[in-house]
Amino acid sequence: MPQIFPRRANSLVSMALWGGAFGVVILILVAITIGSSAHDTGVFTTPEQPVPFSHEHHVSGLGLDCQYCHTGVEKSDFAGLPPTYTCMTCHSQLWTNAEMLEPVRQSLKRDEPIEWVRVHDLPDFTYFSHRAHVNNGVGCESCHGRVDEMPITSQRKPLTMQWCLSCHRNPEPNLRPSDKITTMGYDPAKDGIPGHELLERYAIRKDNLTECVTCHR
Amino acid sequence: MSRLAGYLGLLVGLGILLSGCDQEPMTNQPKFETYEAAPRWPDNQSARQPVAGTVPRDAPVELTVSDNLPMPLTRELLERGQAQFNVYCSPCHARTGYGNGMIVQRGFPAPPSFHTDRLRNAPLRHFYDVITDGYGVMYSYADRVPPQDRWAIAAYIQALQLSQYARLDDLTEEQRAQLDQDDPAAAGTATSAEEGHQ
Ligand code: HEC
Ligand code: HEC
Ligand code: HEC
Ligand code: HEC
Ligand code: HEC
Repeated sequence: MPQIFPRRANSLVSMALWGGAFGVVILILVAITIGSSAHDTGVFTTPEQPVPFSHEHHVSGLGLDCQYCHTGVEKSDFAGLPPTYTCMTCHSQLWTNAEMLEPVRQSLKRDEPIEWVRVHDLPDFTYFSHRAHVNNGVGCESCHGRVDEMPITSQRKPLTMQWCLSCHRNPEPNLRPSDKITTMGYDPAKDGIPGHELLERYAIRKDNLTECVTCHR
Repeated sequence: MSRLAGYLGLLVGLGILLSGCDQEPMTNQPKFETYEAAPRWPDNQSARQPVAGTVPRDAPVELTVSDNLPMPLTRELLERGQAQFNVYCSPCHARTGYGNGMIVQRGFPAPPSFHTDRLRNAPLRHFYDVITDGYGVMYSYADRVPPQDRWAIAAYIQALQLSQYARLDDLTEEQRAQLDQDDPAAAGTATSAEEGHQ
């Protein structure tokens, strides 16, 4: 019987095997890189909104507190978005002819809500609560970045499980006193009360913060 | 043979790529999250409006009908009032209560100063009512400030008024002696109130 495979087939097979293994490793590395990249985690997601609302103007320009509009942060899981009525508290008197605010006036007149587009959106199989964080010393800035410098709202943190856990394992460096929760540009390491003291003050128990059922219930 | 290995490699690679696909049904389940739009429901809203005039079953009635502070006046209450005043009222009324807040500086009609005789003599309930119902061009804050916080803010406003209208008789003997020492000329003058200050 004649030889079917030439002699060099031996080296080809081993090359293919090694190459395949190498390729798999490369593919995994690429997948991990893409998975944790800004593109895939949604960092810098900046959806277009029906009204070009600027946090920069309203927060750093006018000094409004986050709670003025996001009234739910202290009392509910959901931070809440301001109803049209809240905008009209000021805009019934200010900028009453601005083209930009036409959708706001229409919304009040027709009694139909403005349809804001979500910037942050966790998967439906996770449980998140603003109340649990905001009343326990975690500031808006830790999870949303410098909102006061955003002319258009965008996501600044990856919101992956790894990210949540990195704080849940060691929350101390991120804790602030309760009157600094909505403050922007606050540095807990420099300006603050030491983290372990705050951990005690808020009576935070770290042991259950990394359990699956905390976030998947 | 090398071809076979190539196909195998491709299959494994595709498998890995597939495993990275979004599991849409789990990340976006057929349920409504808070405020999620619901096509075909009234106003496209999944959140339903309660019937007009609905009150929470466990809402304490005395909070809304009382003429006077329905809870004990404590330091915590005043601190809560201060925090909430600074969030909701100070944009227009200013942290001092003189009515020249940031929004007024940008052209909003100026509210009256709290440091006038009319408002110094107003009953506590008046402030509660203005927060609840609005006043003039001021919109109602009933949807943003719950009744407990309205009382806390009202109590804090009275503290704010006192801070600008302290009387000599409010001081204790020691404090007055201290004052005489600091500034002999000031001894005996009636008040330090500045009427109509802007
Ligand atoms: C004058 C009202 C107002 C104030 C004050 C305000 N916001 Fe907002 N915020 C809005 C509106 C309206 C939206 C929805 C439009 C958008 O996303 O830009 C929003 C959206 C957001 C979002 C994105 C929500 C999403 O869709 O995921 C975050 C995060 C946020 N605000 C944080 C803050 C923080 C932090 C502060 C305080 C520093 C603050 N806001 C102060 C009105 C306000
Ligand atoms: C407490 C008062 C207040 C509230 C509440 C408020 N605004 Fe404004 N807004 C202002 C003022 C004052 C300006 C003018 C900005 C300036 O002078 O820098 C302004 C400006 C704007 C502008 C013009 C563009 C810009 O950013 O300068 C838009 C658009 C706008 N607001 C949208 C909104 C929307 C939407 C809401 C409701 C979520 C809202 N505002 C709530 C006071 C307010
Ligand atoms: C521990 C992290 C964390 C902190 C602290 C935090 N947020 Fe959020 N915020 C999130 C996440 C995560 C979401 C997305 C929630 C979802 O998709 O269910 C979100 C969503 C929001 C939204 C959109 C509405 C909603 O509730 O889904 C607003 C508005 C908002 N945050 C404002 C604030 C403000 C204002 C503060 C500070 C008082 C704050 N957040 C503090 C993580 C945080
Ligand atoms: C910057 C720090 C920080 C980040 C980031 C953070 N958390 Fe937390 N979280 C805390 C702290 C501190 C507590 C403890 C509160 C307590 O003691 O009740 C907490 C509590 C919670 C609780 C309530 C636990 C309970 O027992 O009721 C949930 C749920 C939760 N976190 C979910 C999340 C999720 C989901 C994310 C990511 C999207 C996240 N957290 C990101 C700091 C953080
Ligand atoms: C601090 C909150 C938190 C805890 C604790 C936590 N998770 Fe998660 N988990 C999340 C968040 C947030 C996501 C969504 C991440 C994303 O969208 O990228 C997630 C996603 C997942 C996913 C889906 C991953 C995918 O491919 O989409 C699985 C599976 C999971 N978690 C399992 C677990 C298990 C098992 C545990 C316990 C060992 C656990 N989680 C503990 C917050 C948490």
